[in-house]
Amino acid sequence: MKVDMSTVTKIKKGLDIKLIGEAEKTIKDLVTDQFAIKPTDFIGVFPKMLVKEGDLVKAGTPLFKDKYRDNIVFTSQVSGRIKEIKRGAKRVLLEIKIEADGKDEAIDFKAEDPKTLDREKVIKKLLDSGVWPFIRQRPYSVIANPADKPKAIFISTFDTAPLAPDYDLIVHGHGEDFQAGIDALGKLTEGKIHLNIDANATHSKVFTNSKGVQINQFSGPHPAGNVGVQINKIDPLNKGEVIWYLYPQDVLAIGRLFLSGKFDATRVIALTGSEVLRPAYYKTKIGAAIEPLTKGNVSATEKRIISGNVLTGTKIDLDSYLGFYPSQVTVIPEGNYYELFGWALPGFDKFSVSRSFPSFLFKNKKYRLDTNYHGGERAFVMTGEFEKVFPFDIYPMQLIKAIMVEDIDLMENLGIYEVDEEDFALCEVIDTSKTNIQEIVRKGLDLMRKEMS
Amino acid sequence: MKALREFVDKQKPHFEKGGRFEKLHSTFEAFETFLFVPNTVTHSGAHIRDAIDMKRTMIIVVLALIPPLLFGIWNVGYQHFLSNGMAPDFWPMVGFGLLKVLPVIVVSYVTGLAIEFAFAQSRGHEVNEGFLVSGMLIPLVMPPDVPLWMVAVATAFAVVIGKEVFGGTGMNILNPALTARAFLFFAYPSEMSGDRVWIAEKADAYSGATPLGHLLVLDADKLPSDWSMFLGTIPGSIGETSTIAILLGAIVLIATGIGSFRIMASVVAGGLVMGLLFNLWGANAYMDIPAYQHLIMGGFAFGTVYMATDPVSASQTNRGKLYYGFLIGFIAVLIRVFNPAYPEGMMLAILLMNVFAPLIDHYVLQSNIKKRLKRAKAVTA
Repeated sequence: MKVDMSTVTKIKKGLDIKLIGEAEKTIKDLVTDQFAIKPTDFIGVFPKMLVKEGDLVKAGTPLFKDKYRDNIVFTSQVSGRIKEIKRGAKRVLLEIKIEADGKDEAIDFKAEDPKTLDREKVIKKLLDSGVWPFIRQRPYSVIANPADKPKAIFISTFDTAPLAPDYDLIVHGHGEDFQAGIDALGKLTEGKIHLNIDANATHSKVFTNSKGVQINQFSGPHPAGNVGVQINKIDPLNKGEVIWYLYPQDVLAIGRLFLSGKFDATRVIALTGSEVLRPAYYKTKIGAAIEPLTKGNVSATEKRIISGNVLTGTKIDLDSYLGFYPSQVTVIPEGNYYELFGWALPGFDKFSVSRSFPSFLFKNKKYRLDTNYHGGERAFVMTGEFEKVFPFDIYPMQLIKAIMVEDIDLMENLGIYEVDEEDFALCEVIDTSKTNIQEIVRKGLDLMRKEMS
Repeated sequence: MKALREFVDKQKPHFEKGGRFEKLHSTFEAFETFLFVPNTVTHSGAHIRDAIDMKRTMIIVVLALIPPLLFGIWNVGYQHFLSNGMAPDFWPMVGFGLLKVLPVIVVSYVTGLAIEFAFAQSRGHEVNEGFLVSGMLIPLVMPPDVPLWMVAVATAFAVVIGKEVFGGTGMNILNPALTARAFLFFAYPSEMSGDRVWIAEKADAYSGATPLGHLLVLDADKLPSDWSMFLGTIPGSIGETSTIAILLGAIVLIATGIGSFRIMASVVAGGLVMGLLFNLWGANAYMDIPAYQHLIMGGFAFGTVYMATDPVSASQTNRGKLYYGFLIGFIAVLIRVFNPAYPEGMMLAILLMNVFAPLIDHYVLQSNIKKRLKRAKAVTA
């Protein structure tokens, strides 16, 4: 479809947090033979193992499935041997570690033009190959249910989070894969595929020349790149409705499945953050070990390694693996230090949205921020703060409180179906009371999902 | 700093579970976090956090209270000597004021913090910083000659009944400092109103009436000049007289974004509108005074800037704040002019709207909810 250049959805409320450590725009190859799939990356999935330690697998071999939706399987991203199945407290499945054999063998799911297939065939191919989990749904941000008929599919082609990867760079030269992915997705909904671009920054022809999509332009600070915000502005969710969403590299994986017949888990990762010596993009596969990524490339200070961005990512250990969804790794300093009279001193180098620190005078300063809370947790006292960074027609504080008291009706009335925990990330950052808001929102979403099923 | 940190770390085990002073854990924690921003780190969600915390927020409000406090200290001395027909230098006035005001502040903080620490300990909470502000607000809304035991009783009442019974900081319905003021007002009216109490150790012959006192008996002619009311060289509660000092505080609160400009502006608008309506009516001398004079008399300015803006007891939605503020200003002037028993309407207007704030928010939320339901209906239809 055509790009309507005249209508740009302007997001006014929000915040761009400027950090040191943006990735240089070059893509390097990352060589490793250590991989893992982490079942904890998939919200609401109860894994049932299909392989055991020592088994040989190919790319596309099922590793585990969801106990409650057993047509959703998760497959190996490489060919090799199951090295270890790591469990944590209460036998929670943490990591399925795979040692690649370098042969790159893959199960053949058959190359087919998605345009010639019907919906059922497209879905079956996606499910069998383990590509399906890339398609997630709102509400609840869980893996989409193949039985649902989504009213639309949303693809955000830009990320506004701190140090976010540049998808223009990542998809460069992969127009064919992307279009094949779009064609496959086109079979899944009777509604539109919304391809949302940054009005000022997206220039890639891969996006702007896509066919079979409606291109919507957005401008403004984070969270303008969040699909939740885009859905809210273009086609808001009502009770009972479902929208599916993906990010550009997910679409590429779908496209490659149809063009090559294989589950190709290639992923470009932006390695970012103040503690990275040479921040850049790395081409690897989903679930790659991060050690080769960080070895000799991070500062000597005590660090926090995050799979994802500083707002919503997951804390991982140095010997851990990339997550399934993120296209970014961020490394920042840990903040486990005491600060004498930190709350009383002027604090010229402190990051704060409030104007109670002089730093608000230096709007373009880039920060090296750490993981310190900068205060103790308190009851909610301040009001009107969240509204400044929350571009929904939703009362954030009131919704959070409704979740805390588990008032199902009120949560529903105040719009819980329209939000995800990531949409509250900025509220959490600026909260004077140091509440873990995303955790609360997740609990609310889980509760609603349980109630509604 | 390192030596201090080592000392604190050494004492810490005694106050933790199983330690000798386990019962004083909250107290230790309060002092520790007063000295040091703790070393706790995020574990999930947003890994980075804003530098602001409750201590920073509260200390800014206390800073904003400094101008009216300093002016109040001077004015207590100035009014005292003026009533006695003396005109000493600047420092004796300040000295007299300090002697009067400092003990009130000390009593307010000691009483309030003791209760706060006790409640925090019994609940196993950290001590909340809210009282840092309340403890300063209470002295500033007291008449200069208030007996210290009354300050203690009122503070205890405000903290226990006004705040802790609801669950502590963040849960209260009424503004704690105004609860203290209202408690004294109704429990000891003779000490808290009339013409005697507004000047410390006043000479008997001197009229100590405040501008509101004059107007209560329709003596509009005896009103001090606009300038002295704006400057604050008039009798009144310790911190409330100087509009200009309060404006300085307002600038701090608005510039830092900690006080709600929405509320302040709408209170002023509400007061002016009611004042103008009375002008139109013009049934007596009180109704005829220019509307702006309401803003510079009595506790209007102080209430607008420091009391109405208390985020816990105010409306919590941005739209609600406008209604809430407007009604405070409106009702404050209404009470002033119509109620023969209470010369000041600000305190009662704010407390009244504190009670109604959740209702205002309820209606604001309902309109949001209705919009959402309507949208859903439009889809299914």
